[in-house]
Amino acid sequence: MCTLCGCGNPDHGTEGGGSLHPAPAAEGGRSGRGHGAPPAGLTHAQMHALGLPHGHDGQDLHFGHGPAGLSVPGVTQGRLVEIETAILSRNDALAAENRAMLAGRGILAVNLVSSPGSGKTSLLVRTIGELAPIPVAVIEGDQQTSNDAERIRAAGAPAVQVNTGKGCHLDAAMVGRALGRLALQPASILFIENVGNLVCPAAFDLGEEAKVAVLSVTEGEDKPLKYPDIFAAARLAVINKIDLAPHCGADPDLIEANLRRVNPLIEVIRVSARTGEGMEAWVGWLKGRLVAAAMARAAT
Amino acid sequence: MHELSLCEELRRIVEEAARAHGVARVTRVRVEVGRFAAVEPAALELAFGAVMRGSVAEGAELVLVELPGRALCLDCGREVALDDRFDPCPECGGGRLLATGGDEMRIRDMEAA
Repeated sequence: MCTLCGCGNPDHGTEGGGSLHPAPAAEGGRSGRGHGAPPAGLTHAQMHALGLPHGHDGQDLHFGHGPAGLSVPGVTQGRLVEIETAILSRNDALAAENRAMLAGRGILAVNLVSSPGSGKTSLLVRTIGELAPIPVAVIEGDQQTSNDAERIRAAGAPAVQVNTGKGCHLDAAMVGRALGRLALQPASILFIENVGNLVCPAAFDLGEEAKVAVLSVTEGEDKPLKYPDIFAAARLAVINKIDLAPHCGADPDLIEANLRRVNPLIEVIRVSARTGEGMEAWVGWLKGRLVAAAMARAAT
Repeated sequence: MHELSLCEELRRIVEEAARAHGVARVTRVRVEVGRFAAVEPAALELAFGAVMRGSVAEGAELVLVELPGRALCLDCGREVALDDRFDPCPECGGGRLLATGGDEMRIRDMEAA
């Protein structure tokens, strides 16, 4: 198998055997295996059909399309050992433990996901004030620094900073350990502020009741189309910095339409954590979920 | 680059299965990946080779088996197979499709030498 694009032809990209992967093109970072412009003899449509990474207008590279990297299983020669286990089964089991613990105490856990700089922490600081007297606790995920946890504590809520080092996402084990360090009150709201990243956190269940995606109007209307996995996984999208929309020519209706293209059931709330616009709807949404969590607890 | 985390889990599961079945060397690992799974095959391949070094599956081939994307069409109510998240419903042409499957990441089996 080709070790770079994962397609099923083991001869791809090898010296002399690379009939499909052309000689290295002058494209940065992709040298050596020749994943560049379509090779002679293959049309663009054929590249699509074969699922090969290829260029549009000679510029863009598309991985992850078609059956790229997905081979037809070959003839089995050795002994086959059945496994049938989800790769993230351990994470999922730990997430289930977190979820059961939180549900047992009527705590609403919200996993906030976004790109860096969308305003998650500012939104939280304002939310803590507006939710009072409902108790709030926060788990802050970042690669480094405890700046965010300090901002949350200054706003009056207990916070645990989880630094992932080089890690690009929080996982259920990290959250489980952080939960042990937080004095959680029954019937409270726990915000888990994930590492600013629109890709990796989509795959990791932390035990939350809902993922909430925060995106700001300054990020471009097509953000949901560029990073669909995270918006598909989210129950609610909060469009932040709505006060800036007229100043940066952003169209919030188009952002909302793109969100619904990715996830037709996603709920959308427009806010400005700076001016307070829309905060009532956001805080109302949280209170509604908190009541639902309490009712679910009472029903068990 | 969460593919590295995925491969660390892969290694753990493969080593566990190898111990349980008395396998000394694994030559091939088959992994099912849904069309909508948040995983990039190229990155997974790269991470697999690096992470498996020093394990029973060092040098093993990673075979990815694709599972189709599935979605419920909110316009016609049918469950349909989709190649791409943004494809219209193949039955009615509608654009409101709710993903219902295709985010799987599962180890199917492994081949022992």
